Amino acid sequence: MIKAILIFNNHGKPRLSKFYEHYNEDIEQQIIRETFHLVSKRDENVCNFLEGGMLIGGSDYKLIYRHYATLYFVFCVDSSESELGILDLIQVFVETLDKCFENVCELDLIFHVDKVHHILAEMVMGGMVLETNMNEIITQVDTQNKMEKSEVCAGRYCRSTCSCCISCKEHEPPGNAQKHQHWRHKHKSAKFTFLQIVAARS
Amino acid sequence: MALKIVKGSIDRMFDKNLQDLVRGIRNHKEDEAKYISTCIDEIKQELKQDNIAVKANAVCKLTYLQMLGYDVSWAAFNIVEVMSSSKFTYKRIGYLAASQCFHESTDVIMLTTNQIRKDLSSPNQYDTGVALTGLSCFVTPDLARDLANDIMTLMSHTKPYIRKKAVLIMYKVFLKYPESLRPAFPRLKEKLEDPDPGVQSAAVNVICELARRNPKNYLSLAPLFFKLMTSSTNNWVLIKIIKLFGALTPLEPRLGKKLIEPLTNLIHSTSAMSLLYECVNTVIAVLISLSSGMPNHSASIQLCVQKLRILIEDSDQNLKYLGLLAMSKILKTHPKSVQSHKDLILQCLDDKDESIRLRALDLLYGMVSKKNLMEIVKKLMLHVDKAEGTTYRDELLTKIIDICSQSNYQYITNFEWYISILVELTRLEGTRHGHLIASQMLDVAIRVKAIRVFAVAQMATLLDNAHLLTGNTQRNGICEVLYAAAWICGEFSEHLENPMQTLEAMLRPKVATLPGHIQAVYVQNSAKLFATVLKSQEGDTDSTAAQEASQLMIDRLPLFVQSANLEVQERASCILQLVKYIQKLQQKDVEVAEEVCALFAGELNPVAPKAQKKVPVPEGLDLDAWINEPPSESESEDEQPKAIFSKEEPKHSRPRHTEVDEKELARRREARKQEQANNPFYIKASPSSQKVYQEAPGVEHIPVVQIDLSVPLKVPGLPMSDQYVKLEEERRQKARAEKKKKEKKKKKEKRSGRGKKHDSGPESEEDIAPAHMVDIVTEEMPENALPSDDDERDPSDPHKALDIDLDNLVESAGRRPLADNEKLPVRSHRAVEIQKSPVEDGERENATSEEPKKSSKEKKEKKDKDRDRKKSKEEKKKKKHKTEGKKEDLLGSQMDEPVVQSDETNEVAAPPASTSAEVSDLDFWLSNAPVPSNTQEVATVAAAAPAPGAPSVTAPDSEPDEPKDTEIEELKSSKHKKKKQKKEKEDKEKKKKKKHHHHHHHSDGGGEESVQNGTMEEEEPLPPMSNYCLLAENNYIKMVSDIQGNLQDGSQVVVSVIFENKCDSFLKSMEFNVMDSLNSKLQRPDGSSPHDGLVVPFQLPPGVSNEARFVFTVQSIVMPQKLKGTLTFIVKNEDSSTHEKLDFKLHFTCTSYLITTPCYSDAFAKLLESGDLKSSSIRLEGVNMPFHHLLARICFHHHFSVVERIDSCASMYSRSIQGHHVCLLVKTSGQTVTIDAKCDEPTLLGNVLDEIKQTFSQC
Repeated sequence: MIKAILIFNNHGKPRLSKFYEHYNEDIEQQIIRETFHLVSKRDENVCNFLEGGMLIGGSDYKLIYRHYATLYFVFCVDSSESELGILDLIQVFVETLDKCFENVCELDLIFHVDKVHHILAEMVMGGMVLETNMNEIITQVDTQNKMEKSEVCAGRYCRSTCSCCISCKEHEPPGNAQKHQHWRHKHKSAKFTFLQIVAARS
Repeated sequence: MALKIVKGSIDRMFDKNLQDLVRGIRNHKEDEAKYISTCIDEIKQELKQDNIAVKANAVCKLTYLQMLGYDVSWAAFNIVEVMSSSKFTYKRIGYLAASQCFHESTDVIMLTTNQIRKDLSSPNQYDTGVALTGLSCFVTPDLARDLANDIMTLMSHTKPYIRKKAVLIMYKVFLKYPESLRPAFPRLKEKLEDPDPGVQSAAVNVICELARRNPKNYLSLAPLFFKLMTSSTNNWVLIKIIKLFGALTPLEPRLGKKLIEPLTNLIHSTSAMSLLYECVNTVIAVLISLSSGMPNHSASIQLCVQKLRILIEDSDQNLKYLGLLAMSKILKTHPKSVQSHKDLILQCLDDKDESIRLRALDLLYGMVSKKNLMEIVKKLMLHVDKAEGTTYRDELLTKIIDICSQSNYQYITNFEWYISILVELTRLEGTRHGHLIASQMLDVAIRVKAIRVFAVAQMATLLDNAHLLTGNTQRNGICEVLYAAAWICGEFSEHLENPMQTLEAMLRPKVATLPGHIQAVYVQNSAKLFATVLKSQEGDTDSTAAQEASQLMIDRLPLFVQSANLEVQERASCILQLVKYIQKLQQKDVEVAEEVCALFAGELNPVAPKAQKKVPVPEGLDLDAWINEPPSESESEDEQPKAIFSKEEPKHSRPRHTEVDEKELARRREARKQEQANNPFYIKASPSSQKVYQEAPGVEHIPVVQIDLSVPLKVPGLPMSDQYVKLEEERRQKARAEKKKKEKKKKKEKRSGRGKKHDSGPESEEDIAPAHMVDIVTEEMPENALPSDDDERDPSDPHKALDIDLDNLVESAGRRPLADNEKLPVRSHRAVEIQKSPVEDGERENATSEEPKKSSKEKKEKKDKDRDRKKSKEEKKKKKHKTEGKKEDLLGSQMDEPVVQSDETNEVAAPPASTSAEVSDLDFWLSNAPVPSNTQEVATVAAAAPAPGAPSVTAPDSEPDEPKDTEIEELKSSKHKKKKQKKEKEDKEKKKKKKHHHHHHHSDGGGEESVQNGTMEEEEPLPPMSNYCLLAENNYIKMVSDIQGNLQDGSQVVVSVIFENKCDSFLKSMEFNVMDSLNSKLQRPDGSSPHDGLVVPFQLPPGVSNEARFVFTVQSIVMPQKLKGTLTFIVKNEDSSTHEKLDFKLHFTCTSYLITTPCYSDAFAKLLESGDLKSSSIRLEGVNMPFHHLLARICFHHHFSVVERIDSCASMYSRSIQGHHVCLLVKTSGQTVTIDAKCDEPTLLGNVLDEIKQTFSQC
């Protein structure tokens, strides 16, 4: 079972948190902080497994993480999951994000956390691995996004909710788009490394 | 105006979607909290709007804020509103928000049930999908109960996308609503063979999760998983399955045997490291579960270790880590194989990665030997110095102590060295493990007599320099060491060189700053020291020293009398008054030393942790009976040290000193002296044989380890452990030199020195050192690997509720698992599937009738494959007809596919005794792979076979004679060949085997672990047993029968009859008829008269036997009864045929109405307490068999299960088919066995007891 999936950046800012067991918000934040603390002090070239922290799980739990450019992807799993399998899963996750967002960078995760959730929901459900085939995941995500798009475009309040379709950048007013562009530009180098690593790891 | 305001606010709100919110937060870095609070206010406004789009937008933003740590539960109702939107877009937002912040105590969840149900049945698969995903995160027991049925329907949805989600979510439903497991299981199992790989993978996933917690309930699925494992190419599925097998093998060693070959193949063939790693892991689990002595054992181990070495040597740190992790599993059972890679592991100690260093440390534990211990510890000490102030250092410290103290200090040759290591460790600042060091010091000082002089000197120095230890911080855990130091100095004060000085050190004012429990020890032990001082001064004419001591005590103790700690205060004031009195006496020149010393006389011996338990209960003492009202608090001596070292982890709680009061001590000492003479645990000067132990269980044993160091060393001052490494080397060299000179003498010396230590090794594994008990799966205790679910489980564990026996569900695979069908379909008689007819068309018929309806393409493919494989082997064996191969395949595939088989059973209407068909199939499936450890069982079956004339009887016996190839391949093929030869003849044997195993398993599963434990390791093997008894026999035919009750139907009994053709002719047209009595009737097909016989649905060629089952209806089950019956048949020769008949009497014993039913001890106790039961008892004299045999016999012949067994006393339970509870308490002493029994039906009980009596009178 996967107990939690966390994504946070190099400064410990959460980008996505998915707990498959209920904690209240304070404890969730504490877990994120603790996990960040454990993970961030590790060197680049050490193994990707960590014996679980005190807060989350016990001895049966492990933290399995990968570090891509500015982001840490951390899975907290118990002993029924294969360690290397989960590492692969993280890779699949990131590659899927990369496909869905067309060259994913931290900004995509910042602004479209709901979409990341939807993608994740096609991979992991209730703490169990649902699908590992990237193409299958992308097909399902795309179909749902298309559905949404047709619904939204049919409706009147396009802007307020179109956040859920991947290509929402098109819907943004010029000002925002510019800003977005600006962010993208600023973080271009980060994005570049991100992808490089994706390529290297795969 | 108003319109304008509304319009404006709408505009503003519409301006802010999730992206705007995020952007805003990023732009307000300084006053983020303030900004967010205004945002939340806006969101609240938005939620008040009627427009669902606005609401959805607000909820979407809330989801984001929730991630940032804001409580959004106040919006729960709005989330439900958004969830119920008809648009997928909003629905998805709603469900996402719900999955992020709903939980069991969210009260609006109740409102969602109908909405979710509606979504689940939505025509749009994505509505359903989103609902399932959301539900998986917030399912509650109520939701689970209400929606279980809907989800179950979805498991057969046409879209694989929905199917896989529905299958996965079932696990969550099971957790919340365990009652759903049984009805849903058949369908879940079906999904294991779903055409869609995703669904299949989901089903594997769910079953693996279930099986991980309660493996024994899923053993019967092993053949199916085995098939999946050999056919699947999806690594995810493979990994899961292989992991599952890892959990199953400890329960069934034969499974392990079967697995090794495919797993090794996978290891060789796969390129996926994850798969390789899991395979290696499971092979290790298999090897652990198999008892040693397998011929190809070492080959597999070698392969694993070799592969792991590759992983460890890999530059990828992940592989390195996992390699070490797996290595440590091998280490537990095969330390030798790992030891050869010591270099590699020591290398990992220097790795920069802490995780890897920790793993390497774990491994070191098993790698030490007498030779290298000092060297390894030295290396570790270096690391300790380097790792200042980290948790890693603490880990190092515990590891050093673990390594040194393991197996009762087996590897320590020089205890002075060890003491000095401990002393060195006390210099670590800020460690949490002061108590651990302290308990080690105590343990060594108490148990190693020869070291006391040295230890006392060291401890005195420690006390003297206590200020160094306590340092500046009070919280410093290391001051615990002073506790040990003070106690050692006090207890063994006769070894002190300068007791006066130590006394002074112990009474320093600074001591008052130490924690209370340490002060208390200081005070108490200062009194001991005082006594020693008095004693040493007694003879002298000059008594000033003694008086000085008294004065010192009187001066310093008042400080402790004022202590806030009650213990300190009490002890101090007692001792103070005592000393004052002594001072008076001293002034009168009265000699008091003797009396004062008497206060502390007697030596303290370490008590094994289990010693108390092993004290035999005196005869006639019923420990369960209340003497008076239950005592409020019984203080056991064992608890005292616990209070002192309360934080100590259990694995370090080795026997240490216990502060027992003098009286108890005296009593114990007395008892001990008596027992030392014949106590095998008392390690005397000469090595004792450990085997004696087995004959003398339940003896209090107090191990005392005396070690005489051959070369006592004396190093003044605080020692440096390094010195010892050198000294030890010298000592060894010297010893070697001596050895050359005086071979014989040396030998003796060794014996008294190290040899004895060594002897204590194995014993300690049994009793003394719990450190070794931590290794659960050792060769000695394979059964311990079983999770004995009662005691160890956390009662709040949701998985406990899922411990549901699923085996008898198999039958119901085809039926709808709803409450309206508690009854199984109509039963009729059925022949056992395997017909032995040499006629070809008979076989074809067989094939068509048995062809599973659902048999899909892949099954056929598999069959073909099998056939091909077998054919190739067959070529060597030309004698065989081709057709036989086919038949076998058919059979084989049938056995491989319990689902199909169960369908078939269902169709023919399953006879009740086949409730366990699955289990039997498993046994059959497994029995293809004989395992040495199980030969006992196999032999049992063979002996029990009712056809002694049949050639097949020898088959199982001869199996161990198979060539012991080291190559697995070879073994496998030879097995196949053998199998070929024997298969046909063996089939019927296996049938019986099935039965036998079945019984065995039942009792296993039913909480008989304790017994099983015993039988596996220490006690003799069980004699062969069979429940089949001879029914009738003549020149042509022999009938043996077994009678079983049917749990499903309280009025049915199934009689399995094996017919064996003894003559050279063909037997056909067999008819089985029984004269019905008022109480019992043979079930006949509808429309037949009560005098018609039943046609036995097979013919018997010469020398062949087959089994048929007949169902009887019984009214009352309290009395045994006999039914007269006749079997008529036609004997057909080549030239003639004759009608023959055979009369028989069927004996329905009361036992046959009992059904082995497991019972947990708490339920059992409740049952007994309820008082509805009538009791009765019998006494059996002259029963000359071990207790476990006795129990096994009762279990086997009378369908009981053991609830609990304590030494020579066991409680057993069984249930009749009509629900009567039968409880037994079996006690044995010598050759007398008393059985006290309780049952709600006295007549039944009386009869059962009579039958038990009869069973034992026969043997």
